[in-house]
Amino acid sequence: MSALPASLAPAEPGLSAPVCAHCGAALPAGAGRFCCAGCEGAAALISGLGLDAFYRRRDGAEVGAQKPAELPPVEWAARAVPGREGSHSLDLMLHGLTCGACVWLVEQALAAEPDVTRARASLTGRRLSIAWQGPAARAEALARLVARLGFQVAPWSAACLKAAEDSEGRALMRALGIAAFGATNVMMLSVAVWAGSDMGEATRALLHWLAALVALPVVLVAGLPFYRSAWAGLRAGRVNMDVAVSLGVLATTAMSLSEAARNGPYTWFDGATALLFLLLGGRVLDRAARKRARQACAELLAMQSAEVMRLAEDGRAERVGAEAVQPGERLLVAPGERLALDGVLEAGEALLDTAASTGESLPRRFTAGEALPAGAINLGAAFTQRVTAAAMEGSLAQLARLLSQAEQARGRYVAIADRAAAWYVPVVHAVALATFLGWWLWVGVSWQAALVPAVAALIITCPCGLAIAVPAVQVVAVGVLFRRGVLVTSATALERLAECDHVVLDKTGTLTLGAPALLPDPARPQGALERAAALAASSRHPLARALLRACPDVVPAAGVEEVPGAGLRRGAERLGSAAFCGLSAPADGLTLYWRKDETAAPIAFRFADKLRSDAAAAIAALHQLGLTTELLSGDAAPAVAEAAALLGIPDWQAGVAPAGKAARLTALREAGRKPLMLGDGLNDAAALALAHASASPAGATDLAQGAADLVLRAEGLAALPAAIAVARRAQAAARQNIGFSLTYNVVAVPAAMLGLATPLIAALVMASSSLIVILNALKLGRGAAR
Amino acid sequence: MNVLTVLVPLALLLGLLALIFYVWTLRTGQYDDPDGAAARILFDEKE
Repeated sequence: MSALPASLAPAEPGLSAPVCAHCGAALPAGAGRFCCAGCEGAAALISGLGLDAFYRRRDGAEVGAQKPAELPPVEWAARAVPGREGSHSLDLMLHGLTCGACVWLVEQALAAEPDVTRARASLTGRRLSIAWQGPAARAEALARLVARLGFQVAPWSAACLKAAEDSEGRALMRALGIAAFGATNVMMLSVAVWAGSDMGEATRALLHWLAALVALPVVLVAGLPFYRSAWAGLRAGRVNMDVAVSLGVLATTAMSLSEAARNGPYTWFDGATALLFLLLGGRVLDRAARKRARQACAELLAMQSAEVMRLAEDGRAERVGAEAVQPGERLLVAPGERLALDGVLEAGEALLDTAASTGESLPRRFTAGEALPAGAINLGAAFTQRVTAAAMEGSLAQLARLLSQAEQARGRYVAIADRAAAWYVPVVHAVALATFLGWWLWVGVSWQAALVPAVAALIITCPCGLAIAVPAVQVVAVGVLFRRGVLVTSATALERLAECDHVVLDKTGTLTLGAPALLPDPARPQGALERAAALAASSRHPLARALLRACPDVVPAAGVEEVPGAGLRRGAERLGSAAFCGLSAPADGLTLYWRKDETAAPIAFRFADKLRSDAAAAIAALHQLGLTTELLSGDAAPAVAEAAALLGIPDWQAGVAPAGKAARLTALREAGRKPLMLGDGLNDAAALALAHASASPAGATDLAQGAADLVLRAEGLAALPAAIAVARRAQAAARQNIGFSLTYNVVAVPAAMLGLATPLIAALVMASSSLIVILNALKLGRGAAR
Repeated sequence: MNVLTVLVPLALLLGLLALIFYVWTLRTGQYDDPDGAAARILFDEKE
């Protein structure tokens, strides 16, 4: 193979602008074939391994997703699991694994390592298992190899495990297989009985008992998921749909046994097993749809999981998991690191970005002894933090407990199917009982004969259509949203989302990008930006970073000194606050000044936390859907007012503390509103959990994502109004389906009560009603695709 | 009707075999990565 595939950039269809040959991101002006050194390295590595075919094979890769990233600071060797005879294995979570070609690339690249014995990547689970012959220390090199190919790696964590470990899902799949076996084989025997009207009594009895032999174990084993859920519901004092299913299936089986015993014309084993099969099918699909979303969420979280640098008594530093740190211990916080634990600043000064924990868009300076909130990001130099609370007692854990309480409260939300079941099930059972008593006492047939029409009524009403009506809609709607980059994490999320009438929005990081951007200024002298950016290159302050972003290919100036909280200087050249540059201008936070020397007039660089490009359109779309909006931010008033005015949000409040946000949500709920909360920070988490429904944009903090019903994975807010529209259509379709199932019962039940229904008729109507309900649900997907 | 004594057990046996086969595929994790399996079939064999 030749060195580098030359025809790569144009291979991206439909893109006329030049894109990076590796990651597909737009190329900065003047760049060659790659957008950055990382991508160039990745392409060289892939080509060196003779795996260029990757570029021809991959498709649908997310633009920029395969940009090589730094390996997270994790003790990789400690994560390697020792196996037999000196071998080790390691499980990784991969981000950026989008198609079969990625799987192929990762597996082939690892297989090229002589000591690797097994490398297997799961495209669905985003999980990579590597096994190698050799020391645990190889783990880091292997993880780095994958990272250099352009995939972000993280250790396979407990959160991932929880999403992937799916013993319940597997039990459902097994039950489905058993029910399929039962339904087909019992149907084979039943058809023989239906067709063989000239069949002898003895043969019919034999076939009845054979059907019972197959159906009994199948009903007992495959029905377990329903019996368990029904029992749990009954114990909690609720009648759910599974109670109806369980009773219907068990009563049908019992009646069929009694029919087999007295050698009646028909048994109904086929109905019981077919019903189980259909319902299990619906449940497996429902689960699969949400499992994908849960897994994607776990993937996002795993990328954020952190370790901390603990300072031992003798001054040595060691990497440990945040959960192992005790109060009183000291941690070294590196520049750019996120604080994982609460603590106080031990000495000196620290500059922290507290946007995630308070919503302030500008960093704050902390002095020695001051309490540092967990979740803040260190923007200054490295400092030492003395931990005041262990991970389990800290503010993050408290927030997490608050969330789980709120979640339990939300768990009491009764889904539409269960609301229907609450009155439907008693009615159905009363009808069945009345049928039985009517035939037995009034018409005067034997009680065994009276059981037949009674149970027939039960199984025909048995909510085949009804039980599948809502899951079918859910599967389609969740799938539609997943393809649009919206992850639905909760089972009742769509129902609650459809009911919302008011949207509460956070500003920093949600409506805005969460990072300041330099505003253009035509009056700025030539060359000033370059000079200022050269100074700014040595600082982590968000404004300095923003300056550098505006002028990325500047050569960093040498000998720059940072004055904490004031600015940067090199000789007489200064970049920083107004006072630092000798001006008495009022401090408005979002302006940097630069002066060449003491005599030159300072030049201002103004910044703004830019609104997301589609924020205004998204807000307009929300208004069009008939929702009212309000802005609730922890940031200062001028910035909030400006954002509200630009976006056309009528109500806004600034400087709201996390507790204030939660209180506002509670007040709204008490006033009878159904608020939808959209937020990204730790300060939003409580409000997210208290809202009727909640959503988080991509890049939100892990707690916020954990509290939200929806995670908007695709960039941009436009997905939110779209999601609400889909949820409303889904809700309408669910209602139609339930309505259809009920009307069909109005016809079918009297027929069954009069004893006109045979198992054949029951089988036909059961299948047809399920099909109609499913087709109605699929219509939703087609409508959304347009 | 003697044919039933052969065909019915045979049919049930075949069904049971299919069920056992299905449980085996489930146990060996063949439904864990459906997307990956779909892509893997197109890979060239190297060795």
